[in-house]
Amino acid sequence: MALWVEKHRPAALDKLSFHSGLTEHLKQLASSGDLPHLLVYGPTGAGKRTRIAAVLREIYGPSAEKLKVSQRVFETPSRRKLDINIISSNYHIEVNPSDAGIYDRVVIQDLIKEIAQTQQVAASSARKFKIVVIHEADALSRDAQHALRRTMEKYMGNMRVILCSTSTGKIIGPVQSRCLLVRVAAPSVDEVVDVMNIVAKKEGISIPPSFAAQIASGSQRNLHRALLMLEASYVRQYPFAEAQDVLLPEWEEYIKVIAAAALKQQTPAQLLAIRKQLYELLTHCIPPPTILKGIAMQLIDGVEEELKAEIVHQAAFYEHRLQNGQKAIVHLEAFMAKFMSIYKRHLMELP
Amino acid sequence: MDFFGRPKADVSADSASKTAKHVDPAKDRAIPWVEKYRPKNINEVTAQEEVVQVLRSSLETKNLPHLLFYGPPGTGKTSTILALTRDMYGPDAAKTRVLELNASDERGISVIREKVKNFARAVVSQADPKYPSPPYKIVILDEADSMTGDAQAALRRIMEKYSRITRFCLVCNYVSRIIEPLASRCTKFRFKSLPRDQAIARVKEVAELEYVNCADGAVDALVECAEGDLRRAMMSLQSASRMVQGRALDAEMVAELVGVIPADFVKTLRGAWGVSSAQKIRGLVDDVVYSGYPASRVLSQLHDLVIEDQQLNSLQKAKIAIVMASVDKALSDGADEQLQLFDMMMQASQITAQQTV
Repeated sequence: MALWVEKHRPAALDKLSFHSGLTEHLKQLASSGDLPHLLVYGPTGAGKRTRIAAVLREIYGPSAEKLKVSQRVFETPSRRKLDINIISSNYHIEVNPSDAGIYDRVVIQDLIKEIAQTQQVAASSARKFKIVVIHEADALSRDAQHALRRTMEKYMGNMRVILCSTSTGKIIGPVQSRCLLVRVAAPSVDEVVDVMNIVAKKEGISIPPSFAAQIASGSQRNLHRALLMLEASYVRQYPFAEAQDVLLPEWEEYIKVIAAAALKQQTPAQLLAIRKQLYELLTHCIPPPTILKGIAMQLIDGVEEELKAEIVHQAAFYEHRLQNGQKAIVHLEAFMAKFMSIYKRHLMELP
Repeated sequence: MDFFGRPKADVSADSASKTAKHVDPAKDRAIPWVEKYRPKNINEVTAQEEVVQVLRSSLETKNLPHLLFYGPPGTGKTSTILALTRDMYGPDAAKTRVLELNASDERGISVIREKVKNFARAVVSQADPKYPSPPYKIVILDEADSMTGDAQAALRRIMEKYSRITRFCLVCNYVSRIIEPLASRCTKFRFKSLPRDQAIARVKEVAELEYVNCADGAVDALVECAEGDLRRAMMSLQSASRMVQGRALDAEMVAELVGVIPADFVKTLRGAWGVSSAQKIRGLVDDVVYSGYPASRVLSQLHDLVIEDQQLNSLQKAKIAIVMASVDKALSDGADEQLQLFDMMMQASQITAQQTV
C-alpha cells in the first residue's frame, strides 16, 4: 500500500492544483517542442519534483513514467570505483550527485557526455533531445558546476538539463545564466487545505475544517509533510474529532521539551540534563541544524521582546559554526549555554 | 529530421549558419544566441573603442604584441580576440593558425607542455592571400585566471622562445591572478563594463532579428538585471523568448525569469526595520523562505535599497553593511538561510531604531 503522498501525486500538468500561472508557462514550454535548460528551485514540499515529472510526461507522453533503476560504475581519476544508482526511462535520466561525494564532477561529466553522444533512436519519439534531471543541485561541488557550464553549451543540440534545488544561492552564476529559472513557491495554508480535502475525498474520508486548518499550519506550508501528518492522524484515530491533537513528529515534541527546560532553569546541572536530551536527538539522526533552529525558534517565542534579537543573533552565529565545524554536539551545547547566560543575566537585572 | 547527426553538429552549425540561406529552424534554435550573434569582425565590436583602435592598427602594421585581456564577464573579451583572428587570417586559415584553449576543462602543466608547446613551435601554415595574414600564429588561453601557477610558469619561456612565430592572448577576469612574469610580457587591455545604452541597443537589435516581441521596458529590465554582462542579457532574452511564445515580453516577466525579487516585496522588508516586532519580522522572513527567494538575492537587493535610503544616516548604513557582510559570509559557508536572514533583519531593525531614539 502506497503512502497517500505517492498515491495521489498528480502525474500530468493539468492535474496540478496550485500555481496555475506557472503550470501554464510550463505547458507552453513543453508543448513548443523545445525546452531550454531549467533550474527549478523552491522550498521542500512545494512540488518541484512533481512538476518536473509532469513536464517530462507532457513532453514524452506516459512512457516517461516507466522508470528503471540501474547501477552504474564510474571510475575516478585515482582509479577508485564508484557505484551510483541511476533512475532512467527511455527519454530521461535522473541522478542524485550527492551519492558521489567529492567525485560528483566525474559522474556528471561522464554521464552527460554519454547521454549527449547517444541519439534518440526510437522512431516514435518526436523530440530529438534527452533530459538529464539533477536532483539536489545545490549539493554539487564547484568543480562539478564548472564542468556543467561547458557541457551545457556544447551538447545543447541533443540534451537538456533540469536542475532541481532548494535555493539558487549555491548555484554558480554562469550556470544560472544558462538556465531558465523556475521558482516553485510553497503553497499557501489555504492551498494546503484544498489539497488535503481533495485527497480526503479520494480516500473517502471527511476532515473537519478546523482540523484541516490545524494540520496545514502545523505543516509549515510543506505539502509533503501535511499529507503525511494527515495520514498519521487517520491511522491513529478516525473519524476525526474537531479538537483532535495534530500529531507532530516526535522529535519536534522533544525539541519543545528541551526549550522549555532551558527557559525554566539556567544552571550547570540543567545544562548537563539538556546535553543528554541533545544526544538523544542526535542518535535518532535528526540533522543538527534542524535541532538548533527548532530550539532557537521555541526560545524566541518564550523570551521577552528585547532579548529576541540577541537570541536570534546567537542562534545564527552557532548555526554558522555548526556548518564549518566537525562535532555538532559542541556547538549545540555552546548555544544552549550562551542562551542560559544571556537569559539568566536578563532575569537578574529585572527587578 | 536528422536523428543521427553527430553531437557536435549543432555547435559547428554556428559558423555555417551565417553563410547558409536556409537553416532548419529547429536546429537553428538550439544555438545559443550568444554564439550566433558574436561579432564577426573587429569593426562589429561595440564599445571598448580604445582596444579596438589599437588592434585595428595592429592589423595594418601586421605587428601584434602578446595580449592580456581582462575585465568583468560578458564584456566581449573572447569575442574581440576571435573577431581579430578572423580578420587577420580569414575564416579558413584561422582554424590552423589559432589554438583556442578553454582553461576550465583543460588546464594544468601537462597541457601547456604538450599541446601548447607543440602548437607554438610548429611552422606557420599557408596564408590566405585575401587577408593580412601576418607570419605568426595565435594561441588564445581563455579563462587564464583559472590556470594553475605551475602552468603559468611553464608558459613563461614558451612565450619568449617562440615569439617569432607565435603570439599569445590571455583572457581573464582578474588580472591579479596572472603571475607577474606573464603579465609583464603582455600588453594589457582592460575591458570595461558595457555602457547601458549600447547594451540596450544590441539587445534590441537581436530581439528584432529573432522576432521577439518586447513591450516597453522589457529590454531595459533585461539589461538592468544583467548588470553590464551582455552575455547574460542575451541568454535571458533567449530563455524568455521560448517562454512567451509570441506574446509580448514585459518587464515583470523578465524579473521573474532572471530570479529578481519584486521591488515591492523588498520594500516591505525594509519597511519593517525599526518599527515591527520580532514576531512580525519572523513572519516576513518565513514568507521569503516559503516563496523560494534565495537569501543571497534578498541580501543584495536590500543592500541596493539601503545605499540609496534617505532616512538612514551614514553611520547606520555602515553598521548595516557590516551586518550584511557577515551574514553573506555565513550564507556562502552554507549556513541556514532562514536563521541568517532573521538575524540580519533583527539587527538591521535595531540599528534603524537607534536613530528615532
